[in-house]
Amino acid sequence: MRITADQGRCLGAGQCVLSAPDRFDQSELGLVVVLDPEVPDGDERRFRAILDLCPSQALSLEV
Amino acid sequence: MTAGIPEYPQPRGCPYHPPAGYAEYDRHGPVSRVRLYNGRQVWAVTGHAEARRVLLDPATYSSDRVHPHYPALAPRFESARKVRNFIGMDPPEHTVQRRMLLSSFTVKKAQALRPRIQALVDNLIDTIEAKGPVADLVPEFALPVPSIVICELLGVPYADHTFFEQQSRRVVTGSTSLEESADAFAQLSAYLDGLIGRKQQDPGDGLLDTLIAEQVETGVLTRRELVDIALLLLVAGHETTASAIALGVLTLLEHPDQLAALRADASLLPTAVEELLRFMAIADGIARFATADAELAGQRIRAGDGIVVVISTANRDDAAFPGPADFEIERGARNHVSFGHGVHQCIGQNLARAEMEIALGTLFRRLPGLRLARDSGELPIKEAGGVQGIWELPVTW
Repeated sequence: MRITADQGRCLGAGQCVLSAPDRFDQSELGLVVVLDPEVPDGDERRFRAILDLCPSQALSLEV
Repeated sequence: MTAGIPEYPQPRGCPYHPPAGYAEYDRHGPVSRVRLYNGRQVWAVTGHAEARRVLLDPATYSSDRVHPHYPALAPRFESARKVRNFIGMDPPEHTVQRRMLLSSFTVKKAQALRPRIQALVDNLIDTIEAKGPVADLVPEFALPVPSIVICELLGVPYADHTFFEQQSRRVVTGSTSLEESADAFAQLSAYLDGLIGRKQQDPGDGLLDTLIAEQVETGVLTRRELVDIALLLLVAGHETTASAIALGVLTLLEHPDQLAALRADASLLPTAVEELLRFMAIADGIARFATADAELAGQRIRAGDGIVVVISTANRDDAAFPGPADFEIERGARNHVSFGHGVHQCIGQNLARAEMEIALGTLFRRLPGLRLARDSGELPIKEAGGVQGIWELPVTW
């Protein structure tokens, strides 16, 4: 699974950065940047919970 | 049959618990009818999943404060209709304004402000210690921390704090009348308009100065639009966090086992602050109105219906938070809706977290004997319909 981010939806709350600073960052404009999109097997549940916190639904998991 | 319909909002009996009367809403399920001060009946959305659903769907559940269907939860919201900024707009209008501000409110920016916040928190505690007990932590600690931080961020002179804190208090207090809140809005607007005018002649280095240069001088925003944005950032930037710090101190003092655990391990501060946010629900409720017919938890919502998302009960929904009435600093749940959810989720949330962590962590570390100087039952509780919290917090140590 891979994390995909839609900067067009992002509104800069930063929930993703707070949850997994090794995976997410914010650009100079305050928009989401995915540092490492790979979700290892077995980690999917944890990442679904993190993505669920995004208030602008800018993040998704894709096969 | 309006007599049987419960009122919203209701005053809290304990400053960190939802009003006892809200339990009645739950008897009718997660979406039920309530009556506002002006007699209007609206939907109270009290469940966590339902609250998220409403807040995640701005196309169906509008935030447009100018629209006559937008419900005023207290008289002060009627005068707020004239203040036009992104909190009271829907996408795409909302998105344009919010994006102008994002770069100043990132996690990294909040992180970078930590040394400054730490220094001013230490200064305030130095002053409190030097003066000796009794200290009222509301004016002497909880209010100046966020007030100084937002002034420095925006480029508003802190020397004017007595004026804007008093006017902000009138704006966010639930019992403020229509006339009084309109006057407070007018005074704050006139002040910020004058400040922005002076900044146009003599720029500084705050966020307002950046917005003047990048948005007003280029014709993207009018001066009036910037005044309305500045008003939101200034008021929301200090009143809510001030309430959260003072009520956070009280909540921790009233849960000594949790306070002891936090004192024993400072690395618990972030989860403790998150649990305080969930538990206290400083913003008791958020208004919306339906733009189209919809179904929510089996109720048929009609276009034009008013809605209040009840944050204080959504945060106590046992389907989302097991043992929801227990204050557990290690709960580790960030899915509370205290900052809202959806596109309007608080833009200043990471700054608020930093301020709460540093203020609470430092206070309890430096004043280990901190305790209330008055019975907690006698602390004046903020009125329903506004930012929740306590007006005074006399302590000794």
